Amino acid sequence: MARIVVDPVTRIEGHLRIEAQLDGGTVSDAWSSGTMFRGIELILRGRDPREAWIWTQRICGVCTTVHALTSVRAVEDALGIEVPENARIIRNIIAASQYVQDHVIHFYHLHALDWVDVTLALKADPGKTSQLAESISSWPKSSRNYFKGIQDRVKALVDSKQLSLFSSGYWGHPAYHLPPEANLLAVAHYVEALEFQKDFIRIHAVLGGKNPHLQTYLVGGMSTAMDPNEPQATINPERITFLEELASKAQAFVDQVYIPDVLAVASFYRDWFGRGEGLGNFLAYGDYPQGGIKDASRFFLPRGVILNRDLSNVHPLDPKNVAEYVTHSWYEYSDGDNAAKHPFQGETKPKYTGPKPPYEYLQTDEKYSWLKAPRYEDMPMEVGPLSRMLVAYASGHQEVKDLVNGVLKKLNAPATALFSTLGRIAARAIEAQLMARYVSKWIGELGANLGHADLRVHNGEKWDPDTWPREAQGFGFHEAPRGALAHWVEIEDKKIKNYQAVVPTTWNAGPRDGKGQRGAYEASLLKTPIADPERPLEILRTIHSFDPCLACAVHVVDARGRRYLVQKAS
Amino acid sequence: MLPSNQTLSGALQQKGVNRRRFVKFCTAMVATLALPPRYVAQVAAALEKARKPVLVWLQFQDCAGNSESILRSSHPSVLEVVLDLLSWEYHELVMAGAGHQAEAALERVVREEKGKFIAVVEGAIPLADGGVYCTIGGRTAWDIARHVCGSAAATIAAGDCAWDGGLVRANPNPTGAVGIEEAVPGAKVINLGGCPQNPANTAAVLVHYLTFGELPAMDQFNRPLFAYGRIIHDQCERRANYDAGRFVQEWGDEGHRKGWCLYKMGCKGPQATFNCPSVRWNDGTSWPVKAGHGCLGCASHRFWDTRSPFYDRLPTVPGFGADVTAGEIGLGVTAAVAGATVIHGIASAVRDRMRPPASPEPPTKA
Repeated sequence: MARIVVDPVTRIEGHLRIEAQLDGGTVSDAWSSGTMFRGIELILRGRDPREAWIWTQRICGVCTTVHALTSVRAVEDALGIEVPENARIIRNIIAASQYVQDHVIHFYHLHALDWVDVTLALKADPGKTSQLAESISSWPKSSRNYFKGIQDRVKALVDSKQLSLFSSGYWGHPAYHLPPEANLLAVAHYVEALEFQKDFIRIHAVLGGKNPHLQTYLVGGMSTAMDPNEPQATINPERITFLEELASKAQAFVDQVYIPDVLAVASFYRDWFGRGEGLGNFLAYGDYPQGGIKDASRFFLPRGVILNRDLSNVHPLDPKNVAEYVTHSWYEYSDGDNAAKHPFQGETKPKYTGPKPPYEYLQTDEKYSWLKAPRYEDMPMEVGPLSRMLVAYASGHQEVKDLVNGVLKKLNAPATALFSTLGRIAARAIEAQLMARYVSKWIGELGANLGHADLRVHNGEKWDPDTWPREAQGFGFHEAPRGALAHWVEIEDKKIKNYQAVVPTTWNAGPRDGKGQRGAYEASLLKTPIADPERPLEILRTIHSFDPCLACAVHVVDARGRRYLVQKAS
Repeated sequence: MLPSNQTLSGALQQKGVNRRRFVKFCTAMVATLALPPRYVAQVAAALEKARKPVLVWLQFQDCAGNSESILRSSHPSVLEVVLDLLSWEYHELVMAGAGHQAEAALERVVREEKGKFIAVVEGAIPLADGGVYCTIGGRTAWDIARHVCGSAAATIAAGDCAWDGGLVRANPNPTGAVGIEEAVPGAKVINLGGCPQNPANTAAVLVHYLTFGELPAMDQFNRPLFAYGRIIHDQCERRANYDAGRFVQEWGDEGHRKGWCLYKMGCKGPQATFNCPSVRWNDGTSWPVKAGHGCLGCASHRFWDTRSPFYDRLPTVPGFGADVTAGEIGLGVTAAVAGATVIHGIASAVRDRMRPPASPEPPTKA
């Protein structure tokens, strides 16, 4: 029995630590710990609820926009504000582009190096790489000379002995299975994706002023004024054309590069369809309203819960059934740490009881993380693209069914193969493909409204705080790229009284609960074979398949709380 | 550190970048730095000679927004920054290695490149309770910051959190967070405020450092003057509307659709310095005011507390005397001076273009 530690887990957002127990070359138990804490919700106390989105957006700069959208929805829910149709469409475009952006960056820049050995690209035959590329896609950048150029660049980098970001990888690890040509192809697309993402995200610059940290949300709508005849209007016909161009380039990239690459990589790692399964419980709030925000039946991506891998039954979801444990988290509850609390009753008193830094191991039988442990009806849940695609698939969403079945057929795999590390990767790619189409479609709808002189982007009836009730509380949600996200806000005397967030990575990366049930990461690592404990590549593969975002996951939620004395152990 | 004969021009040639594009890149850098054009050759010559210096990027109490921002760098592209200009040896968000291999890479730089490497810091550093609110590899952020930045030739604070503690330090500062200058007194620091930092400025600081061997001229907050020397309001494309008394009164109204001044909607442009309106974001595509929302003053000192509430209008207006409010100006000036202020607006725009750059001479000869 050996305990291995991966800290920092890199190629993620934030500070994550994994400790795993090895038994005969496989993981027999695992613990997931968030090691950074800021206290943003505590900082929100007493501030203007109309600007809460500006603050909460800074919870995360990778999944930028998601906390902004969730926050304005929470405040709009509290104050009973309906946003105009244009604001709904613009928000959907921003959110869907964020999926495409995040999913592409995740696959190529955060995850690919778990499957691709960059150094093996040097052994590739550029001519055969060209043949491989042309056999899987019609993407035009596929000539022998193109791949030779990429290979020369890699060679120059290796010869310089300054490997930069690639200097400390697990190169040569026995779990890398791609042939040299596939490695070279992937390296070329790593570079192309880097260029793609900075070009495509100009959609957010147009609609948000900048990316990261867009600056155009408003409680009640958006600040992106529309006018078909005004060159100074943020949205005018010229800008619509520009957005359409960016969206159509994104569709081409996802269809011709991302999807074929995922299929190609997956075909060499089929054993990972049977690994990294995890909980088998999946939760999605659903999103992309096609009408009012309260009409969940018209969300483009449906809402629901799947239990025990049973795709024949999608359970209805009620946010009232969400609650958080702190039994193994560095917080304390006033009436004891063994019961869970709903966010509206939530409290957070930080109480660090871990080892004094520098330390080697956490005390995993006690408290060991800055993340809380959210549960739905007392059950741990996985959230994210796989949950969304499964809920949509099981709900009979025709486009999702067609895309999922198409991918499964190409990989010659049954639907149950989706409950795996590779399943998460495939679901994310399918979702990017689906949403890239809808970015284009919704830009078209926005352009049509512009043509019909439907120019409303903001509902200002409740902009003046004097129109608000003395007390109000609201719930805002969003299916962020990494999964189900929700904010709960309490407003009193025009100020924020309490603010709480339950975040995708808290669901997935959270520690054990009061009943000892593991979180999604912890469960997914069980039985994972580890070829070399010094270089636990297999752990990275499964953890990265969730696309962790730790900055999001750790937060203070009790506005009434104060900083408590930290009890130092040892 | 790893021995290297690699130079930037060599690296660029190996990736197929020709001389012309290289000079174009140098020209863009000189423009961002507000240097006279004759420095193009000097920048090019310095970069051609330069061996790739080593850079490490540290993330503490952060949101990774500054990392994402550098990934959006266009001129130079992120690949040029990360692979060609520098050897980017440590950056949790994007590096290949993890766990103790990653920590070893950082340690190797500190040991073998002592006094020579560049450190970039993103995120605040919590000092309360012995620093337990941020640990990496079992060590506190504070410990790592002192160890790494104390050994670096220079440290770039990327974004507000690393500069002045940023949002993490906003009242009531639950974790005792501070910026890098306070956490590591004595470190040589340049602060790139903004939420996030603008990658054009970060790249320009790096190029300046590679060219002249030291950091560019700085203001009282140790921010580079080329980026933080001018008031946003004075560079704003909506300024003529302000001078003419044309203000957005409600979100989505006629003035909003016509691109009028956002002052009454809470814009902090008159009290903020940054080159946001000229450099813009995402390959020059836009900036917040162009997108219809007021400036937050995100490059101002401790802006989360000093510039909020963000929708309250500033009480005084620069240029009109401290006791005149914009509301009064809007009412009084609109009718009376309409024609004249249009002319004034144009004149001030022309004057701004003709104004000499903030720093006509580089602070040091190469």
